[in-house]
Amino acid sequence: MGRHTPLYDLHRSQGARLVDFGGWDMPVQYASQIEEHHAVRGAAGVFDVSHMCIIDLSGARTREFLQFLLANDVGKLAHAGKALYSCMLNETGGVIDDLIAYFLGGSDFRLVVNAGTRDKDLQWIRRHAQDFGVAVRERAELAMLAVQGPQARHKSASLLASAERERALALPAFCGAPFAQWFIARTGYTGEDGFEIMLPATQAVQAWLDLNALGVVSCGLGARDTLRLEAGMNLYGNDMNESTHPFESALGWTVALAPAARRFIGREALERVTAAGSARALVGLVLEDRGVLRSHQRVILPDGGTGEITSGTFSPTLERSIALARIPSGPVERVAVDIRGKLLAARAVKPPFVRAGKPLVS
Amino acid sequence: MSQVPADLQYTKSHEWVRKLDDGTVEIGITDHAQHALGDLVFAEVPDKGRVLAAGEACAVVESVKAASDVYCPVAGEVTAANPELARTPELINQDAFGRGWLLRLKPAGGAAGALLSATEYEALLRAEGS
Repeated sequence: MGRHTPLYDLHRSQGARLVDFGGWDMPVQYASQIEEHHAVRGAAGVFDVSHMCIIDLSGARTREFLQFLLANDVGKLAHAGKALYSCMLNETGGVIDDLIAYFLGGSDFRLVVNAGTRDKDLQWIRRHAQDFGVAVRERAELAMLAVQGPQARHKSASLLASAERERALALPAFCGAPFAQWFIARTGYTGEDGFEIMLPATQAVQAWLDLNALGVVSCGLGARDTLRLEAGMNLYGNDMNESTHPFESALGWTVALAPAARRFIGREALERVTAAGSARALVGLVLEDRGVLRSHQRVILPDGGTGEITSGTFSPTLERSIALARIPSGPVERVAVDIRGKLLAARAVKPPFVRAGKPLVS
Repeated sequence: MSQVPADLQYTKSHEWVRKLDDGTVEIGITDHAQHALGDLVFAEVPDKGRVLAAGEACAVVESVKAASDVYCPVAGEVTAANPELARTPELINQDAFGRGWLLRLKPAGGAAGALLSATEYEALLRAEGS
């Protein structure tokens, strides 16, 4: 038996199919994964992401610590509430995890890291935090709901006291703020507008039911995966891991090499990569033929070079198969993918495939 | 509990077999199987004329989540594959025992091996906890 979130019994009562995800028994779908996907693109859906790990950091040198720990620069976080997406690297530039860092104000920061990497992340963070006198506190008593879709913010805001609704709706993208016992951030993993809500575990079931009553559809991790892939967002463990660096994972935009004086873990390795140029790139693929792209399928380039699909699925919005694939760097338009011994035609594109309900590729 | 029509035969790997009047058999996956797989988005069916052994992987059904092999319940030669599945693989979800059929074949003769009756298949589903 895996670990359970505070919403486990509710998921079961709503008929969810539960699967193991990073050691947690999580809902993969309720009635139909495709309908859940469309609910988020067209209206609003709610996901239980309480399995993710919330870590609060405090101490006078916390900002300095995160500037050393992360490949992106929390120096960019000037105002309380601002969030930053970053990779946490090892010394060879490999990705230990990807995470969101929130500046809470003063010298306080919050990290949200992946469920499957929780233990190694905490170990790594604690080990380096010691040198900076930073206190590391896992917030296991909090649950987290992702409410996503064009109607998500308005529906979520109606759960708040009336005086607080406008303040929640005024949150800029990639910013969060406390609302009594809740922390609400305008972030997500679907390519749609929405909120991620961190709240006491004891309040999670009621919040979920209140959202359902407003027409927000219960969604599982299956829909979360098709939504994030359409949005061109990487999944840790599939699209990057400790043996791949950000520049071959389409995450170069998250690496802050300026200012040059900022020392961070993995910097020397990344500087060697940028000097030589990354040998591989992560690109999007759209399957032209019928079939479904899946991770680990082989990709063959016109010049004979080969790569591999890191994430693939059927895109419910585009009604065709899409994927992310790691291939040799260089311009390429058409590739072949080996699906059960047949070579099928695919087109290389720059993700995202879908954003804010709109297809971006044909 | 999933539907289990009494007039069909079944396999432990959740295929069904229907004997047709012309001596051929029709093959598909069960309601339990389609439900376990979730929304189906692609089906790869064998070409007409292909000769299949019992237990051979004869088709692939893909849901959003994963690809799954379908194993041929009886040996024989493929006489038809469901042409509607190319455009509407969701027929398997909607009507697993009817319009969602996968293939028809002419049995190669001999004993049909260890097919299950509806009662036996229901017992299997109960044992699997569904």
